[in-house]
Order: sequence, then structure tokens, then C-alpha cells
Amino acid sequence: MSNIKLSLRGLSKSYGNNTVLQNITLDIAEGSVVTLIGPSGSGKSTLLRCLNLLEPIDDGAIFLDDIDISVPGLDANPIRRRIGMVFQNFNLFPHMSVMENIILSPTRTLGIDKSIARAKAIELLERFGLGDKAHSYPDQLSGGQQQRVAIVRALAIEPEVLLLDEITSSLDPELVGEVLDVVRELKAAGMTLVLATHEMGFARDTSDVVCVLDGGHIIEQGPPSQVFTAPQSERAQQFLQSIINSGRL
Amino acid sequence: MATTTSRRAAYEQKRKRRSIAVATVSSLIVVAAIVLLVPKMPRWDRVRHSFFNGERFWDSMPRLLHAFVLDVKIFAWCAPLILILAMLVAMARNSRSSALFPLRALTIAYTDIMRGVPVILWIYLIGFGVPGLGMDRPWNSPLIWGSVALVLTYASYVAEVFRAGIESVHESQRAAARSLGLSNWQTMRFVVIPQAVRRVVPPLMNDLVSLQKDVALVSLIGPIEILRQAGIDKSKFANFTPFIGAAVIFLCITIPLTRTTDYLVERERRRTTGTRVR
Ligand SMILES: Nc1ncnc2c1ncn2[C@@H]1O[C@H](COP(=O)(O)OP(=O)(O)O)[C@@H](O)[C@H]1O
Ligand SMILES: [Mg+2]
Repeated sequence: MSNIKLSLRGLSKSYGNNTVLQNITLDIAEGSVVTLIGPSGSGKSTLLRCLNLLEPIDDGAIFLDDIDISVPGLDANPIRRRIGMVFQNFNLFPHMSVMENIILSPTRTLGIDKSIARAKAIELLERFGLGDKAHSYPDQLSGGQQQRVAIVRALAIEPEVLLLDEITSSLDPELVGEVLDVVRELKAAGMTLVLATHEMGFARDTSDVVCVLDGGHIIEQGPPSQVFTAPQSERAQQFLQSIINSGRL
Repeated sequence: MATTTSRRAAYEQKRKRRSIAVATVSSLIVVAAIVLLVPKMPRWDRVRHSFFNGERFWDSMPRLLHAFVLDVKIFAWCAPLILILAMLVAMARNSRSSALFPLRALTIAYTDIMRGVPVILWIYLIGFGVPGLGMDRPWNSPLIWGSVALVLTYASYVAEVFRAGIESVHESQRAAARSLGLSNWQTMRFVVIPQAVRRVVPPLMNDLVSLQKDVALVSLIGPIEILRQAGIDKSKFANFTPFIGAAVIFLCITIPLTRTTDYLVERERRRTTGTRVR
């Protein structure tokens, strides 16, 4: 059994009286790929935002390497540098070139020398087939390229965990593959990944653990072979059936 | 294809020639109407003598230019102070920490009060009022307190421009910056404010051009700048031409100023964007 990297203990979150996450308990092993699936509005994005400390949680706790990172008032910035996040709409900074996007955080928050940060950025860009794009601006790139840049930007601060929130949902179908390839490569390199996705085939083939969310609850959790073929709960069966019917699996 | 001009290029060339022709003809008609009709007005001779008197124009020009130096100076020290103060106010107003609530309330009161009263009234109130307290030189100078009035009023306008710019930057940009471990302040400094400022350059220029003109209001509390010099010349020679001279001098500054910024904005846009819808 490998180390537990992230551990969520009875996590709850509501907006006003709308309870969005309820009693979420989940262990994420170092180097594993945990996939969140579930209908729209089930709380996948909110859960990822909570893990990145972009949203405060109401109850429960989040442990990173056995340290409680959900203590109110904790300085979140150093922790966010250990837990990277990539968003559905890329969220690149449009006024900065690809290179500037990537080296912003390393140079400003980690105090890394500019020339060193640049060299490392070039290395990452080349690794993901973007070697010639360092001086382009985000608006001059395709969606798939922008998303790969966003991944490189998150990797440049060398996070221990990477959160990916539906990173292929804004892409044209023919561009989805190039981004999923990047995720597969990250898995192969041993990165701990937590991702929300609607790409069911990808979830089945790549995940170590699949969690089905519905109405803020984890209604099913286990290895993909079990979740996709023999779900226990009735809601999970319905959800998977609807996916199969719509031809997405 | 082996043709020298494509069908589209030919079409666009034709269209361009046509619109240039239309623009030229319509401009000529307007100019001709003014040149031909205005002199037909019953009092045109008197107006021409008292407003468009070439001799008076060139006679007062050196004095006007000399006085204009003061306008430029006032503008030069007010504009940076305005931009700094306005940015501080806009940032305070956009702050999210609950500890800063009193500061937010203060900035709201400040912008409401400053914007709710005409600039000229603030110049009178501050420019006459504060020196009346009897402070020692140079702190009793109306020039200083008139400038203070300009800075305080204009900063409240410009703060609203900056605030609109800051609010127009989408929340997801902040989320991305924070997720990279940037602090709140770094997020503002490197991600939000650069985008906000780029977006508000046109309204910002609008306010700066207004400022360049409103600097002349300081003359009402004493300092001899261009408007006041023009008034002096007008009285001396009983002729309004110095005011035309002053207007021409203002235009010589404000028009290049606006053209240059338009050019810079366009260049920046071209640099950072991909294909563009026509
Ligand atoms: N900032 C917010 N304020 C209020 N409600 C929110 C906010 N963000 C998300 N929600 C609500 O939380 C629920 C879960 O949303 P989300 O996590 O985005 O779901 P998913 O990513 O699974 O589609 C939805 O009902 C949504 O309306
Ligand atoms: Mg979502």
C-alpha cells in the first residue's frame, strides 16, 4: 500500500442553504489517478476548488501528507504551490506570452532566477510539443494548445498533486486526444492526479479509483472495473446507464 | 491561381476607392458650406475682426505660450498623483478582506462626495479655504491648493474608471492566479491590474484630456496661466482673438495626445490577439 498523499475526512460545504458537498471521505494515494464523475452540478468542481483551498470548507478536514491544510486562517499560498490546478476554460493570462504565463509563479513566488525558470519552461514546453510557442500569446493558440500550456504552467511550480477540472470539456472533439495524451504521460511519470471528467472511456482506462458524485455525495467509489461494470447503488446504476445509452462509454 | 490580384483584393480595392471618394466629396461640401455661408451672416465682419484678427493672434501668441507653461506644469504634477491616488482608491474599494470594511466605506464616501460637486466649486473651496488658514509660505499658495483640489476631484473620477476595469477582469483569472500560489497582492499586481488598465485606456485618456483643459480653472483663484493671460490680453486690446489663440494651443496638445494613445492601444491589441473579425 503506497502513501496516502491527500486525505479528505467528512468534508462538507454549502453555499447559503444549498449543500453542495456532504460528508466526503476519500483517500488519494501518492501517484494514483482519482477520477470524479457524476452529473452536472453534482459538486465535482466545488470539490476540486476546496482541495486547492480556493473555497473554504464548512466541516471536516483535508490532510496533505498528514498535515491538516483546512485549518481556518492557514496561509494557503504555500499549500497551493504543492497542489496545482488546471481549469476547464484554461484561464491563461491573455496579456502575457506563453513564457510569461509559465514563469510568473516560479519567479515571483518561489524566487527562482528568471533564466533558470525560462530554461525549465522551454524544457516542459518541448516535452508537450509546444517548443515553438513560447513567444505566442494565448489568443494566438488553439484550444488544445492553450490547455497544454495551462498544464505546463501548473507543472512549472512542481506540484505534488495536480487537480484537473474537466480540462477537455471546452475543446473541439479532435483536440481532446492531444490533451488526454498529456494526462496519460503525467500518470506514467508518477504524478498524483485528481480529475473531474465526462470522458468516460478515458476514466475507465486511466483511473486507479473512480468516484461517482451525485448531489454532493460520493455514491460509488472503487476501481473502474468495479464502478463501471457492477455499481452497487441504484443512483450510480442509473447514471452509468444514461451514459451508456448516450453512447459515451 | 496565376492572376495578379485575387477577386477579393479587387473588390476591396474598389470599395476602398469608393469610400474615399464619398468621404472627400462630403467633407468638401461641408467646408464649402461653412466658407460660403458664414461670411454671409449680417455681423460676420465684426466677428472676424474681434475673434479672427491675425495681428492680435500673433501678438499675444508668445505671452499665451509663456503662460501655457504653467498649465503644462500643473498637469505634469497633477496627472501622476491622480493616477496613483485613483489606483489606491480603486484597489481599496475592491478589497475583499472584511478587516478593510472601514476603508471601503471611506473610499465610497470620498468618490461620492468628490464627484457630486462641480470641479470649479472644489477649486474655490479648497483653493481659497485652505490658504485662509494662515499657513506660512509656500503652504498658503493658491497654486498648491488649486492643484490639490484638481487631484482630489479627478482622482475620484479616475478611481471609478479603474474600478470598472478591475471588475471587468473575470473571476476565473483570479482563481488561476491564486491556484498558482500567488498572493492576493501579487494577483492584483501581475494579473488583474495589467488587464484592467489595458481595458480602460480610452476612458482614462478621456479624463486626462479633460484634466488638461480643466487645469485652466485654477486661474480662477489667481495663478496666471493661459486662460487668464488670454483674458488679460482680451481686456487690454478689447479683442477676443487671444481666446482663439488659447484654443489652438490646447488643440495642439490634446489632439496628438489622443491620437498617440489610440495608436498605442491598437498596437498592443495587434500584438496579443489572433485573428480578428472584420
Ligand atoms: N459560487 C457558488 N455559489 C453558489 N452556488 C454554487 C457556487 N458554485 C457552485 N454552486 C452550486 O454548487 C453545485 C455544484 O456545482 P459544481 O461543483 O460546479 O458541479 P459540477 O462541477 O459537478 O458540475 C451546483 O448546484 C451549483 O449551482
Ligand atoms: Mg464543473
